[in-house]
Amino acid sequence: MSNLNRTWRQTDPVGELDIRLTDTCLRDGSHHKRHQFTADDVRAIVTALDGAGVPVLEVSHGDGLGGSSFNYGFSLTPEQDLIKIAADTARQAKIAFLLLPGVGTKNDIRQARDNGGSICRIATHCTEADVAEQHFGLARELGLETVGFLMMSHTQTPEVLAAQARIMVDAGCQCVYVVDSAGALILDGVSDRVAAIVAEIGDQATVGFHGHENLDLGCANTVLAVRAGATQIDGSVRRFGAGAGNTPLDAFVGVSDKLGWKTGVDFLQIIDASEDVVRPVMGEECRLDRMTMMMGYAGVYSSFLKHARTAAERYDVSGAQLLAEAGRRHLIGGQEDQLIDIALELKSQRTG
Amino acid sequence: MSRLTAAIVGPGNIGTDLMYKLLRSEVVEPRWMIGVYPDSPGLLRARDHGLETSHEGVEWLLSQDELPDVVFEATSAYVHRRYAPRYAEAGIRAVDLTPAAVGPACIPAVNGDAHATAANVNMVTCGGQATIPMVAAVSRVTPVSYAEIVASVASLSAGPGTRQNIDEFTRTTARAVETIGGAERGKAIIILNPADPPLIMRDTVFCAVAPDADREAVAASVYEMETAVQKYVPGYRLLQEPQFDDPSPPTRGATKVSIFLEVEGAGDYLPPYSGNLDIMTAAATRAGEGMCRG
Repeated sequence: MSNLNRTWRQTDPVGELDIRLTDTCLRDGSHHKRHQFTADDVRAIVTALDGAGVPVLEVSHGDGLGGSSFNYGFSLTPEQDLIKIAADTARQAKIAFLLLPGVGTKNDIRQARDNGGSICRIATHCTEADVAEQHFGLARELGLETVGFLMMSHTQTPEVLAAQARIMVDAGCQCVYVVDSAGALILDGVSDRVAAIVAEIGDQATVGFHGHENLDLGCANTVLAVRAGATQIDGSVRRFGAGAGNTPLDAFVGVSDKLGWKTGVDFLQIIDASEDVVRPVMGEECRLDRMTMMMGYAGVYSSFLKHARTAAERYDVSGAQLLAEAGRRHLIGGQEDQLIDIALELKSQRTG
Repeated sequence: MSRLTAAIVGPGNIGTDLMYKLLRSEVVEPRWMIGVYPDSPGLLRARDHGLETSHEGVEWLLSQDELPDVVFEATSAYVHRRYAPRYAEAGIRAVDLTPAAVGPACIPAVNGDAHATAANVNMVTCGGQATIPMVAAVSRVTPVSYAEIVASVASLSAGPGTRQNIDEFTRTTARAVETIGGAERGKAIIILNPADPPLIMRDTVFCAVAPDADREAVAASVYEMETAVQKYVPGYRLLQEPQFDDPSPPTRGATKVSIFLEVEGAGDYLPPYSGNLDIMTAAATRAGEGMCRG
């Protein structure tokens, strides 16, 4: 056993492992790819990551089931088809899917289950957990494993997050994630939030962490999350995700090996998958640049990146300024529409 | 013309805000406020404004010698489904502010006149009241193959009813975007934002139209609709000129029309940021007044 002091929890699906990893290339990466995944992309990535031993693979539109829209971008391939392909392709990995109440509905959960998804991840803004109660209830009734996402966790104190985690667990959530949607949490900010939730929910559910790279802290934040008691960890191989990307799962497997934490993923196989399979699907790499660093700095939802770029180009305004204004307005996940409004305002200020 | 007498059932936030609007109406006279808790502050407030009140629910109302001409239902879908047949039996017409959808959906600026004689009308959802007029404004000029609405409301203004039934909001709104808005296919998205101070309700409407659609005519129709809605919701306004994006792969080959709206409440009882609630009570008032002509 490792150097981690674990309290096993009733619902712990981590089993023999110290940490259970979920790769989100085929969900968070959907943002980077502007929701243009093909069936072949999904087959290739699932085959490679499943082969390397990643236990959970998330597949959905970036904004979850039902996300295909003008507001978030239309999917090239229907996500339910992609979930089915992933489930048919995986040999050992479970297929997870994401739903944001207010965007998708319970019916989408039923379809995803029928298509072979077995882990239902339900995301709300981190003060609005009660909108997900019915969805957790349904997911459990359907026999799905459940995960709750507290998005934009940097905006709230550990105490507020713990209270929201309680609402999710009482509704049937088996693992609550601290989700650093903006890549704005810094080191202790992660530990404190994870620890507060662990203290609140005790052995009733596991705790997870989902990080972004916007201030270059994905792996470091994740190590601290694990030390604070998180047992489920999200990442995307080669950072393939929104903003500057997610915690690089391939690198984190290496880090875990060095720290003596058992993930069940083979480092050599995952770095091969990263280079040979994931990289070609990605198009351009996810990287730190003016825009993505501003997202971490101003606390902006990572998936705004591509939409902000499009609006900035269309109306010839500064993308970084647009993101800073989105932060100032306290926009949260889902409000992509308002980036166009901000761009128009910046433009009229300049000409006015 | 004598005024229509009205009872408000449900003395909560919505019912109370509605009362203030009806008290100003020249054609509807709010006479009763009905609740179920004796110490309800809403009942107390109604009494202060001269309404007769009871905490013994709809049964009390229906057992009175004098019955209202119209009931405004501001309770829950469950309660309205239960009592709608009883109102009808008693010859009382109903304006339903719950998602029960017993009667036809009513968006005053679009189909208000169609329901002047209906026994029961449903006010759809707050997001629907704000956005469907704009979908209709586009579709009356050119066919809309798909319309999508995004409603952002302040967390504080979303009550437990909305929170527990958020799927009902998206489904009901999407359906009305089609049936009343005139879009071939509709989609609705709702976001609850907890920012402090609370944000005023914002709505965005996206419509897919043909590449050769007359943009000037669409924009003119949108401005005309803004004026029509402002007649009963003074705080309803376009934030930007309608935007037109040329057909491209991201728009799936259609011209994308984007319409940005803000709904500021009148502040009758609820704070001005909760335009989502104001537009419901304002639209319900308008629907009730329409019944006077029926």
